[in-house]
Amino acid sequence: MTQATVVDTHPLDTILRADRMPHIFCPGCSIGIVMRCYAQAVLESGIPLQQHVVVSGIGCTGRVAGYMDLDSYHTTHGRAIPFATGMKLANPNLMVTVFSGDGDLSAIGGNHLIHAARRNVDVKVICVNNFNYGMTGGQCGPTTPLGAVATTAPYGNPEQPFNLPYLLAAAGAGYVSRWTSLHVRQLKQDILHSFVRPGFAFIEVLSACPVGFGKSNNIPDGLEEMQLYRERCVLARGVPLENLSIDLRENRPIYVGNFIDRDLPAYKPVTRVG
Amino acid sequence: MHGDEACAEGAIAAGCRFFGGYPITPSTEIAERFAQRMPELGGVFIQMEDELGSIAAVLGASAAGARAMTATSGPGLSLMLENLGLGVMLELPCVIVDIQRGSPSTGLPTMAGQSDVMQARWGSHGDYSIIAYAPWSPQEVFDLTVLCFNMADRYRTPVLLLGDEVIGHMVERVVIPPVEEIPHWERKHPGVPPPATGVYRSFEPDPEDLIPPLPHAGEGYRVHFTGLTHDERGYPDMSADTHHALVTRLNAKIQSHAEEIIRLEEYFMDDARLVVVSFGCTARSARRAVREARAQGIPVGLLRLVSLWPFPEAVVRELGQRMDAFIVAEMNLGQVRLEVERCIGRPAWGVHHAGGEMIHPEKILTAIIAAAKNVGAPGSRKASSAGGVQISG
Amino acid sequence: MYKEIRLSGFGGQGIGLAGVLLGRAAALHGGLEAVMTQAYGPEARGGASSANLIIGDEPVDYPFVQQPDILVAMSQEAYAKFRPTAKATAQVLIDGDLVTPFPEDVVCAIPATRLAEGLGRRIVANVIMLGFFTRQTGFLSREAVEQSLTESLRSKLVPLNLKAFAAGYEYVG
Repeated sequence: MTQATVVDTHPLDTILRADRMPHIFCPGCSIGIVMRCYAQAVLESGIPLQQHVVVSGIGCTGRVAGYMDLDSYHTTHGRAIPFATGMKLANPNLMVTVFSGDGDLSAIGGNHLIHAARRNVDVKVICVNNFNYGMTGGQCGPTTPLGAVATTAPYGNPEQPFNLPYLLAAAGAGYVSRWTSLHVRQLKQDILHSFVRPGFAFIEVLSACPVGFGKSNNIPDGLEEMQLYRERCVLARGVPLENLSIDLRENRPIYVGNFIDRDLPAYKPVTRVG
Repeated sequence: MHGDEACAEGAIAAGCRFFGGYPITPSTEIAERFAQRMPELGGVFIQMEDELGSIAAVLGASAAGARAMTATSGPGLSLMLENLGLGVMLELPCVIVDIQRGSPSTGLPTMAGQSDVMQARWGSHGDYSIIAYAPWSPQEVFDLTVLCFNMADRYRTPVLLLGDEVIGHMVERVVIPPVEEIPHWERKHPGVPPPATGVYRSFEPDPEDLIPPLPHAGEGYRVHFTGLTHDERGYPDMSADTHHALVTRLNAKIQSHAEEIIRLEEYFMDDARLVVVSFGCTARSARRAVREARAQGIPVGLLRLVSLWPFPEAVVRELGQRMDAFIVAEMNLGQVRLEVERCIGRPAWGVHHAGGEMIHPEKILTAIIAAAKNVGAPGSRKASSAGGVQISG
Repeated sequence: MYKEIRLSGFGGQGIGLAGVLLGRAAALHGGLEAVMTQAYGPEARGGASSANLIIGDEPVDYPFVQQPDILVAMSQEAYAKFRPTAKATAQVLIDGDLVTPFPEDVVCAIPATRLAEGLGRRIVANVIMLGFFTRQTGFLSREAVEQSLTESLRSKLVPLNLKAFAAGYEYVG
């Protein structure tokens, strides 16, 4: 019979604000997993910790900034990307990561998202997509599948959702990936890779929100959603981007992987000498 | 040089090296000047996708250590207000220039207004205090833009420059002093290195002045900044006591320094019995009206509000004790008059116009003459709200 | 001294530039105070364009020209539009080839555009008019305006413009 071992330290103690634990995330929530992947990537990046900055908007995922023991900025709803843009341009030595949710980034912050992609500003965006507004109790948003039930869509969501990789590709992003909170190794590697390639990067991470989304849509348990990811996720090779839309309730493949990785000049302010 | 150009040059002279903005008449020339000048100076000019993005980028740049600003007009300021509140809460210095036009809504894009006075003061949600200046000439646009940056850094807060279309587009002589004569107040920075363990307290106020030193991103302090109510470490703290203490301090750090922040100019006030209160472009007409009234023997002076916020309550209250009448001239329907009346505790004469063209000196002169005639007449100190008090520009 | 001045013509004649040159000459080299305002926006484009200056020996409070003491008109449309806004006794300077004044109006005329064509560049008609203006109005020295020209224009344009200015200044009708 195995026995629990109590340890004094955790491998991420140097990078998480232990004095802020426990975190606010619900049982079965994926955000902690994604945060851990980011933290691990930061540690392995070889970039001094003091150069890393994390910026977030509002929502459950937005709280990640408060748990990272880095320079961290928890801004207003939707405005993490422009805040990060100003920060990066004012001090190009910083490695600025925006860590926020699907509602924050693609609804209220949607305009900044597409323009940052178009501009190819050198910030890395980790978008936790849990298909709803979790913090406020499960309202529908621009990633909620058509027909899915949410507190503001009690009869089913009447709107088509965004296919985020397709949107970002159309906006001109040079780097677009999608993973799930099950793909911890791939996700960490992908974040690490985004650190070394200049320019805008968008990494979508499909995540379980059993309380906000799962329970009203027949995936009431976080583990169940992880099972579902394991069964259905397919590494996308040559799949047209328009086919990347997701509906967890339908039995069809969920495509993951890195979809776009193209060399584009990262945005730099204009300079003129003399 | 016109006022908008003078604004950009003032900012540059103050060491501003980050401009994030979105074009909007009548402030666009400020952005254009920055677009021209920043590349020569190694600074950043970025045209953002909207005003929400502009102010957010400015705050981010400020958090990274830059002197940063944006420029806009009323509609753009409306869009910036949420993050103006973030700037207040995170105590990030920055300068927001509002070249006012006829409002509300799209209003009169190419014509002047002065109706964002209250929006500047109260626009973002919650209780906070703001600093705002209102230049009356291109020269003063230059000088006050420098002052705005210094005040922003001194008090760790966003500062507004409330210009107007007349001043923004008017061309007048501007003297730019040599760099060493431009006042430069340093941002208060932590005097200590980052702690080896534990957290640097980015929001622990200096007991002297209530203003916490500001560590920047990338300096190793591992700061946390949040728009949520926070403790002195910057950590969210959802308690009513912390909230009350924080919001009270954010107000007190401005209000307790009101005397250092406020800028006023007085003309012909020595023996005055009546006073015209005005600001921005309208104060130019007011000065001419006061001169002409003096020529007619009316003992009237001009109090020009170079700063609008914090409001110079003590000065106006004191004048209220000894002046026979107040005449407030402004290109709105009575925003500053409301403040004046609050301070003096009785009605003031108002010369108002909703915007579009400058109030002509004649209109102000008429009000001065009417007010002077009423002095000593029964009820002169409580002119009726219906008649006589308001003279439409 | 207090003069309200309106320079007018059609878009593309460099009326705004002439206003800047004049204002700078007064404020920076003429020991005077000067304010210039212009109409802005889509409504202000095309048709008659104008630059408005107030030049005086005391700081100018109200910055807008109301009844010009001096009107310069370089197109018929501008003349027709702005002559009635000026004082009846205003000093009126026109491009005599392009403007036919009202019969009763007393004007000073110079064929500025034709003279500019003579110099090979029609575009300097505004500066020829400025030279004529300086001589006719007399409140600014020739040197003050020449200095304004020299420091305001790109250096390779300066010789031609000084020549144009001289042509206007020395013009004898």
